[in-house]
Amino acid sequence: MDKLPRWADIALVPFINLALALIVSGLVVALIGQDPFEALAIMVNGAVGSSYGWGYTLYYATNFVFTGLAVAVAFHASLFNIGGEGQAQLGALGVALVCLAVPWPHWTLALPVAILGGALFGAAWAAIPAYLQARRGSHIVITTIMFNFIASALLVYLLISALKAPGMAPETVRFPEGARLPTALEVFGAIGIPFSRTPLNVSFIVALIACWGVWVLIWRTRLGYEIRAFGRSEPAARYAGISPFRITMLAMLISGGLAGLMAVNAVMGEQERLIQDNVLGAGFVGIAVALMGRSHPVGVLLAAILFGALYQGGAELEFETSVPREMVVVIQALVILFTGALDGMVRSPLERVFLTFRKQPKPGLAPETRP
Amino acid sequence: MSFVDIVQILDSTIRLATPLLLACLAGLFSERAGVFDIGLEGKMLVAAFFSAAVAAVTGQVWVGLLAGVGAAMVFALIHGLASITFRGDQLISGVAINFLAAGMTVLIAQDWFAQGSRTPALSGDARFSSIDLPFAEALSGVPYLGPIYAEALSGHTILVYIALLAVPATWYILFRTRFGLRLRAVGENPGAVDTAGVSVTRLRYAAVMICGLLTGLAGAYLATGLAAGFTKDMTAGRGFIALAALIFAKWRPWHALGACLLFGFLQAVSNRYSTLDFGIVQIPNAFVLALPYILTVVILAGFVGKAIPPRAGGQPYVKER
Amino acid sequence: MTEPAIELKGISKSFGQVQANRNISIRVMPGTIHGIIGENGAGKSTLMSILYGFYKADSGDVFIRGTRTEIPDSQAAIAAGIGMVFQHFKLVQNFTVLENIVLGAEEGPLLRSSLARARKLLKQLSDEYELHVDPDARIEDLGVGMQQRVEILKALYRRADILILDEPTGVLTPAEADHLFRILQGLKREGKTVILITHKLREIMEVTDTVSVMRRGEMEATVNTAETSPEELAELMVGRKVLLRVDKAPATPGDVVLEVENLSVRDDAGVERLRGVSLRVRRGEILGLAGVAGNGQSELLEVLGGMREGRGRVTMNGTALDLTGARSDARTRRQRGIAHVPEDRQREGLIMEFHAWENAGFGYHDDPRFNRGLLMDNEALREDARAKIARFDIRPTDPWLTAKSFSGGNQQKLVIARELEREPDLLLIGQPTRGVDIGAIEFIHEQIVALRDRGKAILLVSVELDEIMALSDRIAVMFDGRIMGERTPGETNEGELGLLMAGITETDRDHSVAEIEANLARRAGKTA
Repeated sequence: MDKLPRWADIALVPFINLALALIVSGLVVALIGQDPFEALAIMVNGAVGSSYGWGYTLYYATNFVFTGLAVAVAFHASLFNIGGEGQAQLGALGVALVCLAVPWPHWTLALPVAILGGALFGAAWAAIPAYLQARRGSHIVITTIMFNFIASALLVYLLISALKAPGMAPETVRFPEGARLPTALEVFGAIGIPFSRTPLNVSFIVALIACWGVWVLIWRTRLGYEIRAFGRSEPAARYAGISPFRITMLAMLISGGLAGLMAVNAVMGEQERLIQDNVLGAGFVGIAVALMGRSHPVGVLLAAILFGALYQGGAELEFETSVPREMVVVIQALVILFTGALDGMVRSPLERVFLTFRKQPKPGLAPETRP
Repeated sequence: MSFVDIVQILDSTIRLATPLLLACLAGLFSERAGVFDIGLEGKMLVAAFFSAAVAAVTGQVWVGLLAGVGAAMVFALIHGLASITFRGDQLISGVAINFLAAGMTVLIAQDWFAQGSRTPALSGDARFSSIDLPFAEALSGVPYLGPIYAEALSGHTILVYIALLAVPATWYILFRTRFGLRLRAVGENPGAVDTAGVSVTRLRYAAVMICGLLTGLAGAYLATGLAAGFTKDMTAGRGFIALAALIFAKWRPWHALGACLLFGFLQAVSNRYSTLDFGIVQIPNAFVLALPYILTVVILAGFVGKAIPPRAGGQPYVKER
Repeated sequence: MTEPAIELKGISKSFGQVQANRNISIRVMPGTIHGIIGENGAGKSTLMSILYGFYKADSGDVFIRGTRTEIPDSQAAIAAGIGMVFQHFKLVQNFTVLENIVLGAEEGPLLRSSLARARKLLKQLSDEYELHVDPDARIEDLGVGMQQRVEILKALYRRADILILDEPTGVLTPAEADHLFRILQGLKREGKTVILITHKLREIMEVTDTVSVMRRGEMEATVNTAETSPEELAELMVGRKVLLRVDKAPATPGDVVLEVENLSVRDDAGVERLRGVSLRVRRGEILGLAGVAGNGQSELLEVLGGMREGRGRVTMNGTALDLTGARSDARTRRQRGIAHVPEDRQREGLIMEFHAWENAGFGYHDDPRFNRGLLMDNEALREDARAKIARFDIRPTDPWLTAKSFSGGNQQKLVIARELEREPDLLLIGQPTRGVDIGAIEFIHEQIVALRDRGKAILLVSVELDEIMALSDRIAVMFDGRIMGERTPGETNEGELGLLMAGITETDRDHSVAEIEANLARRAGKTA
C-alpha cells in the first residue's frame, strides 16, 4: 500500500525537507551575527537579479546538472556513485586531451569530440569500480571514494610532468582558439540581446539535452526499464533475464560519462586549460542535487539551478558581507542531511497524518508487503 | 638513506599514524555495531577546529581537547539520529556530515578570528607538549634500538600514547566484555539482540558516541599536537584513509594498528621525498600518496583476502515478526 | 482451580487500515501444550508478537499467572518468564552457541565468568531436556534443527516457563519435527507451558492438548484437541467446507519435454546444493517435487529458470540448454518455452514498486510486441495488463496500482497470468499458494491442472505435502540435493514420503537407528 499520496511524495515531502534545511541555514547565519533575511535578499539578488547573476547561476547549474544526472542514473540502479568528483576530473583530462590534440578550426567541430572525450574518460574511471562491484562484490561507495583520491593524485602527477606547460603553475597550455565555446554574451549578442560577461556557454544546451536524454533513457527505453528493475530487486532482475553485470556496468558507465561531461562546461567552456582543481566539489554537489531532484531529470534540473543560484548567491554574499562562501557548503550539507538522511523524520509523521484522514480500519486481507 | 633518516621516518610515521589510528578505531566501533560511517573526516575536522579555537581562546589545550571531543560527539549524535532513530541512509548522512563540517568550521573560524578561515597559531599551554618515555635519554646510546626508542617512540604528545593504548583497550572491550559481545552482535544480527531483551537503539548510539569521542581525539591531535592551529580542510582526506585502513584491517583492532602504521609510513615517506629513486624505477610522490587508496581497492576487490563487513552494516534496524 | 499461565482478554491490534487482531481472548493452562492454528495472515504471529513485547496492543489486557502484566518490550516478556522461538531464528551466525545463549543475559560486565556459568547451566539443561548441542560450535556451522535447539536453550537459560514456538517445523524434516515434539513433551512434563503456532493440522493433532483457531484476525474457537477432528479444525480455519482434493482427470503423459541428467549446482558460498539430479517431465503431466525447504528444490528451479549456473545436462524438447555462460540466462529460457513462477514472488517474481502494468510484462519486456526500436511501447504493455487483469479476475483492476497494493493472492495471480500467457511448453512453479488466500488457492490449482490438460509439462515445487499430493501425477522427493525416490500419489502416503524427505530410503529402513541419525547429522551440517 502506498502510504502517501503521490503528490505528497513528489512535492510535499521534498518541500518540507528543503524548508527545514533553509530554516536551519538561516539559524546558522543568525548565529554568526548576520541577518538571515538580509543575507537571503543579497543571495537572491546576486543570483537572479541581473543577467550577470543569471549567467553565473546557470553556469554553475550546468555543472550540477551533469553531476546530478550522474548520481541519479546510478541511484536508479540502486548504486551510490560517490565518485562523480573523480570521474569529472578524468573527464577534464579527456576534454583537455581532445582540445590539445588538434588545432581545432571551429568550436562546432571541437565540441562533439570533446563531449565524446569527456564522457569516455569519465566512463572509464567509473568502469573499474563498476566491474569490481559487479564481479567481486566490492562496495561501490568505498571504491568510488578511493578512486576520487586516485584521480586527483593522477592529475597532480600529470600536471607536473607530461602535460605541464612551461612556467611555474601546474597546468596545461591554453586550448587553441578554435576550441573556445561561445558564451551567452556572444550568443545573445548575435541576436541583439545584451548579456553580461559570464562563463555561461553553449554547454548549458548540452546539459538540457542530457536531461531529456536521461528522461528518455530511464522511462522510455528497455535499458531504463531494466535499470529500474535491477535497482529495485536484483533477484527479480535475474529472474527476468536481466544481467546484473550488464546493468551495473552500463548504469555506471552512463553515470561516469555524465560526470565526465561536466568538464565540457568547466574546462572547455570556462578554464580553457587543464588545472588541478577543475571540479571544485561539483561532483559532491551532484549528490545533493540528485537527492533533492528525486533522481528525476526535471527535478535534477530544478535542483541544479537552485544550487547554481546558491553558489552564485554565496559568492555575492561573501563579497558584500563577512559571511564566507562556505555558507553554501553548509546549506548543501543541510539539504543532503534533510532530504537524504533525515527523510524519515518528515515522512513518518506525515504518513500518520494522512492515515488518520483515510477511512477507519476494517477487517480483511492485508496487502502483502515486507516490512 | 642513512640510519638517522630511518629513525626520522619512523618518528614521523608514528606522528602521522596517530590521527589515522584514532579515527580508524572510531570507525571500528561504529561499523562493528552496524552503523557505517563515511563521516569520520567531518567529525575529525570539526574536532580539529573546536579544539584549536578553544585552546587559542583559553590558552588551555585540555579545555580545547574537551571542546573538540564535544563537537565531534555532537556530529556523531546527528549521524545517530539520522541513521538509528530516523532510519535514514547511513552513507548519505556521512556525506552530509563531511560537508557540514567543511562549511561550519570555516564559517565559525571567520566569525571568531577573522584570519582567513584559520585559528591563531597555538603555542605554550595551548598545545600538547611532548612526553619523554622513561629511560629515553639513558637508552639512546644502545646501538640501533636505542635511537629508535629515544627518537622515534619517545617524545610524542600524550595523545599518541593514548592512541596506541586504545588498540589493546578496543580489543579487550570488544572481545572480553559484555558490552563488546552485544556490540558485535548488533552489527551482525540486531534481531538477535532485540529479542534477547537488549535495546538495539541504545547499543548503536553508544557505539556511535564512542566513535565521536575517538574522532574527537583524532581531530584534536591534528590541530593541537601535529600542527599548531586549525587551517581550512586540514584533515585532507585522513578520515577516508582511516576508513581505508579499517577495511584493510578487516574491522579488527590489532590489524587496524598495522594498517594505520603502514599508511602513516607512506605519508611520512612521501612528505620526505618528492620522488623515490630506486635507480631503475622512479616512483613519483603522487603514487606514494595514492597508495593507501590503491591498496584498499585491491583488498576490496578480494585479490588479497576478502574484506567482509559486519553483516547488518548499513541497514537501519526494523523490527519484524 | 489453577490460574491460567497466560490469559489474554480482548486484544485488538490494527496496522493502518488492516485489523490484524480483533477482540481476542484466550486462556492457556500451565503445564499444557496449546496450539494456535490459522491460515497465513490470520493474525497468529501478531498476537504472539504482542505477547513478546514486539507490538503494543491497541486495547486489551494480558494476564500472566493471574496478574495483569504490561509487556512494553522483550525485556519485560523475558522477565515475565516468556520465551519465544521465532520462525526465523534470531541467532548471531558467527558467534558460538554459548555466546548466543549468554547474549543479553550476561551476569556481569566481563564475559569470562558469564560464559563459564552458562557452560555449566547449559550442561544441566541439555541433560534435563535432551537438548544436546556443542556449546563451542559456531551457529553458521550448525544445521537448522540444531539452531532451533539453541533457540529453545536460549529461552530456558532465561528461565522461561512459557515457551512460544512460531511455525517451528517449517524448516524441519518430519523426523526432526518428531524429535522437536518429544522435546516439547519433555518440557510439558517439567511443568512448562508451550504455545505452538502452526498452520499444519497434523502437528496440532499430534502434540497439543488444547487448540485455538484463528481466522481473519479473530479467534474462532478454543477446543480440546482430543474432542476435535482435523476436518472440524480445517473448517474453522477457512470458514467453510474445503475441498482437500483437487478435481482432475488422470494424466495422459506424452513425449518428454524436460530431461535433466546429473545436474549439480554450487551456491554462492561454494556449498554443493544439487548433487547429480536426474528427472524427466512429460507433456500433460505434473511432476511434484516434495521436500523440506532447503534441500535443493529452490536451486533446481533457479537453474532451470536461468537464474543460476549449473553443471550437467538439461534438454528441452530434445535440444540441450546452456547451463553456463551468457545463454544460460532467464531470457533465453523463456525463448525456449520455459515459464517460471518463482517461489518468492515479492523478491523475484514482481517489482513491488512497479505498476501492475509494468509487472505484467516483466521478463517478457523484450518481446517485440512491447517494443518500438530502443523504446518500450508502454501503451501496449498497459493494454496487455488490462487483458490479464480481466482474464484472471485480479482485484483491484487498476493497472496503475503498484504491485505492493495487491493482496498475496492477487499478486500471485498476476505472476501466473503473465507466465501462462504464452502457453509455455514447460511451467516451473514454486510454492504456488504460499501466502495466498483460500479462494485464490483453488483458482490457482485449477489453472495448473488446466495447463496440464492442454498438454503442457509442469514441474511443481512445494513444501506443503498436501499440495504435492493433491496436484501431482508423479512425486519425486528431494533430500540433500538428491532425488531420493519417485512415487505415484495413489500408491504412497505421507508417512512414506516423510521418510524419504528425511533422507531414509527402503534399504535404509533395515539399517540401524544410528545410521539414520548419522545421515540426519550430515544433513544438518550441510544445510547450515
